[in-house]
Amino acid sequence: MKKWLVLLMVCVLAFTMLSCQQDDEVVYVYNWGDYIDESVLDKFQEETGIKVIYEMFETNELMYTKLKNGGNNYDVCIPSDYMITKLINEDMIQKLDYSKIDLYDNIGNEYKDQAFDPNNEYSVPYFFGTNGILYNKEIVQEPVDSWAILWDEKYAGQILMNNSQRDSIMVALKLLGYSMNTTNEAELEEAKDLLLDQRDLVMAYVVDNGKDMMLNEEAAFLVTWNGDAITLIDENPHLAYAIPKEGSNVWIDSMVIPSDAKNIDNAHKFINFMLREDIAFLNTDYVGYSTPNMKAYAMLDEDMRTNEVAYPDLNALEYMEVFIDLGDKIELYNDLWLEITSQ
Amino acid sequence: MVKKLPKNLYIFLIFLFLYLPIIFLIVFSFNEGKYSGNWTGFSFHWYKELFEDRMIMSALANTLSIAILASIISTIIGLFGAYSIFRMKSRPKQMLLTINNIPLLNPDIVTGVSLMALFVFLHMRLGFLTMLIAHISFCIPYVVLSILPKLRQMPKDIVDAALDLGATPMQAFFKVVLPEVMPGVITGALIAFTLSIDDFVISFFTTGNGVNNLSIAIFSMARRGISPKINALSTLMFIIVMGLLLIINLRREKEK
Amino acid sequence: MLKKYGGVPFIVWTIVFTVLPILIITYYSITLKDGSFSIDNFKMFFDPRILNIVKRSLSVAVLTTIFCLLFGYPLAFFMNRVKPTTERFLVVLLVLPMWMNFLLRTYAWQAILGKNGVINAVLSFFHLPTQNLMFTQTAVIIVMVYNFLPFMVLPIYTVIKKIDKGIVEAAEDLGANQAKVFTKVIFPLSLPGVVSGISMTFLPAVSSFVVPDLIGGGKSNMIGNLIEKQFLLLSNWHLGAALSMVLVLMILISVYFTNQYSDDEGGQLW
Repeated sequence: MKKWLVLLMVCVLAFTMLSCQQDDEVVYVYNWGDYIDESVLDKFQEETGIKVIYEMFETNELMYTKLKNGGNNYDVCIPSDYMITKLINEDMIQKLDYSKIDLYDNIGNEYKDQAFDPNNEYSVPYFFGTNGILYNKEIVQEPVDSWAILWDEKYAGQILMNNSQRDSIMVALKLLGYSMNTTNEAELEEAKDLLLDQRDLVMAYVVDNGKDMMLNEEAAFLVTWNGDAITLIDENPHLAYAIPKEGSNVWIDSMVIPSDAKNIDNAHKFINFMLREDIAFLNTDYVGYSTPNMKAYAMLDEDMRTNEVAYPDLNALEYMEVFIDLGDKIELYNDLWLEITSQ
Repeated sequence: MVKKLPKNLYIFLIFLFLYLPIIFLIVFSFNEGKYSGNWTGFSFHWYKELFEDRMIMSALANTLSIAILASIISTIIGLFGAYSIFRMKSRPKQMLLTINNIPLLNPDIVTGVSLMALFVFLHMRLGFLTMLIAHISFCIPYVVLSILPKLRQMPKDIVDAALDLGATPMQAFFKVVLPEVMPGVITGALIAFTLSIDDFVISFFTTGNGVNNLSIAIFSMARRGISPKINALSTLMFIIVMGLLLIINLRREKEK
Repeated sequence: MLKKYGGVPFIVWTIVFTVLPILIITYYSITLKDGSFSIDNFKMFFDPRILNIVKRSLSVAVLTTIFCLLFGYPLAFFMNRVKPTTERFLVVLLVLPMWMNFLLRTYAWQAILGKNGVINAVLSFFHLPTQNLMFTQTAVIIVMVYNFLPFMVLPIYTVIKKIDKGIVEAAEDLGANQAKVFTKVIFPLSLPGVVSGISMTFLPAVSSFVVPDLIGGGKSNMIGNLIEKQFLLLSNWHLGAALSMVLVLMILISVYFTNQYSDDEGGQLW
């Protein structure tokens, strides 16, 4: 028995030593879960000789916590818009050297120079999307064009909201005609009352489990992103997606380089590689989210290019906003959400 | 015969409850479509995709190696720790026991975050080693608490008797004490292994350098839907462990 | 030599990796984001909204523990009354589900309890009314009981197993019937196991967050969810640390009381 134990330990130690070997050139990438076509990482290594050490996170805030507390030196991260503003304000990311990113012009102009990073000094867009209402056409026989439908008593117990404070408070604020980035306490109070009223009609505040439920036709509405909507509609044609007339959220996830990155050159190479049309195409094809890369977009088939859910005419949509970082004022939102979730 | 029925029925019902989700998981590993709950046909393709998924395979390797290392190391440290607690006087004994219990009582997230804060404070790079240290730390209390009762159940003066008969303290420990507490050691090691395999929160905060364990990989998938590849993986793990245990049990029967 | 120094690795390890982190968390709980010292974090605990959540956590944890005990005790008892091969098999079967990923098992429950899930499918097959179980506190308790049942059963099972058969026989010889043997002999002797089972169920139940999140649908938030949010989402480690310390304090107090019940020196799993 003892012999087996020792042998096992030796094998395990040897194995872990082997897997700890460092290659000469590396780049540490920190991205959302299931947000890249992995063959792309192999291609990068083949073509440049740089090994990609890849980690995944679930939320922007988690990524921020790990970034802030050191102990890791990521070279490339892919956070969302409002988080990028926060990172800029706290000096946690560095300005990009565009002489090393010559493919930047592949990005469509409508995705550049957004409020969260004017002049794109710090970030290069990766995926973009919208937030809207996914609904079941069989259950909902009327047009879905307003957030108000989520307060309709007819659909009590069939409404899925998100267990994410900014996404759900946004819905109420938009319905009231206010900005989703407001810090006006009176406006927030109104939003709070609206959400409290809605509570009894809401089936659940979901995290990721709402998608299965829509597929199984257990709910009528889910507030979700267009990228997920496309995949779900594909699996169940009874579903459809709409952006309400009061406006909604446009989001952009972008690549940034943390201030304490150790392989800055390799980071730039990686970002530039992601901008290559064939690579960006592979990513958007696998992940299903909309690409801001015009050359990759041109490679998509006609069905996808003209798909209004995936590629809405952003100019035609009014009142679309990007989330911005609210700094300390986020406490107002925290408080509001605490009220709603502690009932 | 009548007496047996309620007992067997009860056992059957409880285990049915325990295995309902497991059966469900296994069935849907053979589902054609991506979404559980939506059966679209029978297929093995998730099993094939599982082995082709490098990220999951490396996460699996990390999970297993950490679980094995953590359970062995924590068992060794815990065994000697339990023995020295056993021989202590009441005051230091109570204090050490209370401190030992702290990781058990702390919510996972507090343990995870506080360990991360510690590693950062010590300027350690987060990675395989820090995750291993974290796992060993939360396993040791369980090992200690599994072995102590066995130490207490030992015939009181058996160690002194061995010493009287000329054994050195080392010999007394290895030849007398160890066999007596062996069931506790094995139980402790098993509990440590089980806890380590499925840990998420503590691992998440104490890892880095691209080292993911299975729970972290699965959790990151949740946002976009957990792929049935994971169902396939769980099914395979289940079958392997079941198989191993059946083999062990059959060998025991043969020995009789 | 071994006697003196054998425990050193354990003590050093415990101090560095258990005590030190606790000191760090304590530091966070008594400071604010700007570094100043304050007990504001602890005062937040008495905010009525948070107290509401605490009340709910306690009631869910208590109910979970009660049901685990109700269903678990008979199982532990019966497991001692089957053939030895069956017995070993059952123990393995009891522990095996814990080796399958926790998140995956919880998602499976969603599919089982859902509107169009397995349970309703079976009910409608028998023409019985379908239930709307998901996202209720009932569902949260069902899944929590599912997760913690083995932790309740194992200690009780082990303790009953160790009961000296001679005592049982002696009682029977003295004329006690099965019921009396149970109430007067077996049950009292099994109490240490019950106490262990309760602490291994109640304590983690109170600080759970995954199950209330997924199965409760954000409508049954517990203190674990609140603490998790502080650390993961709101980057407010100070409040998170303070809330955790209150939780740990509550737990320590309940452990102290249960230790009064068991008459040995404490320090055993079962």
